[in-house]
Amino acid sequence: MKKFHADVLLVVILLLVGGLIAGFAFLYGQQGTMVEVRVDGIVQARYPLQENRDTVIHGTDGENHLIVENGQAYLKDADCPDKLCVRQGAISRRGQSIICLPHKVVIEITDDVGTDTQESVDIIVK
Amino acid sequence: MNRKERNHTKKIALYGILIAAALVFSWLEAQIPPFFAFPGMKLGLTNIVVLLTLYKLGSGSAMAVNVLRIALVSMLFGGMMAMVYSLAGGMLSTAVMILLKKTGKFRLVTVSIAGGVSHNVGQIAAAMLLLNTSGIAWYLTVLWFTGLASGALIGILGSELVKRLPDKLFI
Repeated sequence: MKKFHADVLLVVILLLVGGLIAGFAFLYGQQGTMVEVRVDGIVQARYPLQENRDTVIHGTDGENHLIVENGQAYLKDADCPDKLCVRQGAISRRGQSIICLPHKVVIEITDDVGTDTQESVDIIVK
Repeated sequence: MNRKERNHTKKIALYGILIAAALVFSWLEAQIPPFFAFPGMKLGLTNIVVLLTLYKLGSGSAMAVNVLRIALVSMLFGGMMAMVYSLAGGMLSTAVMILLKKTGKFRLVTVSIAGGVSHNVGQIAAAMLLLNTSGIAWYLTVLWFTGLASGALIGILGSELVKRLPDKLFI
């Protein structure tokens, strides 16, 4: 009986923490205003989400084709083998991102304040 | 050939089989097309071998099999970057499973669930550090739950295997 107890407890804790993370993601998942393009952690460009755009990102070992339209950003094409970034679809909510691991490209939705808050989080993580 | 030598040979063969099995599972899993747009979302078939090793041979063996498997897979199919992510996830999850098993309070399925979740946490932590972004934390929401689900599935399969395979196969 005691064994059964520990198992259930751990799984319930894991589910609760997962719920917390989901709640956190949802709270911060408001509509963003800017699209930030980073390659290998360095900000390459920031575009307003409301302006339509069609541009090519030069990543570490290849290129990704970025489209911004109707308040959404997505990668139309990429020359990486798995094209996972293209499959990630369109993003528009703050904190959402599209990541292309082979090219070290990160497309992230931010707000006007930019990455200041983001960087402080990164420092904590480090 | 004396008894000691025979055991030694048997051990080499056994670890060879385990690592080979883990390698095949890794390869098999890489063949499944990514139907969801989440890198890192996977079944974790390899963890069956890690669980089996952990419960039949012990902590050190489980870690060794997993680390060797990751090194081999990365050399064969992945690359340096893939190896860093895999190692972060693999070593963290194996460590968590070893610790949970050592407490003696948890069933194999639960150990596997915790392993599945911590694997994904490890990979995301590595990606956050390497890509210098915390934006990827968003993935954690999804990967936390997929880790739970796949950990449970693999745990059920693994506990059946541990139960059915006789101990004498493992020296």
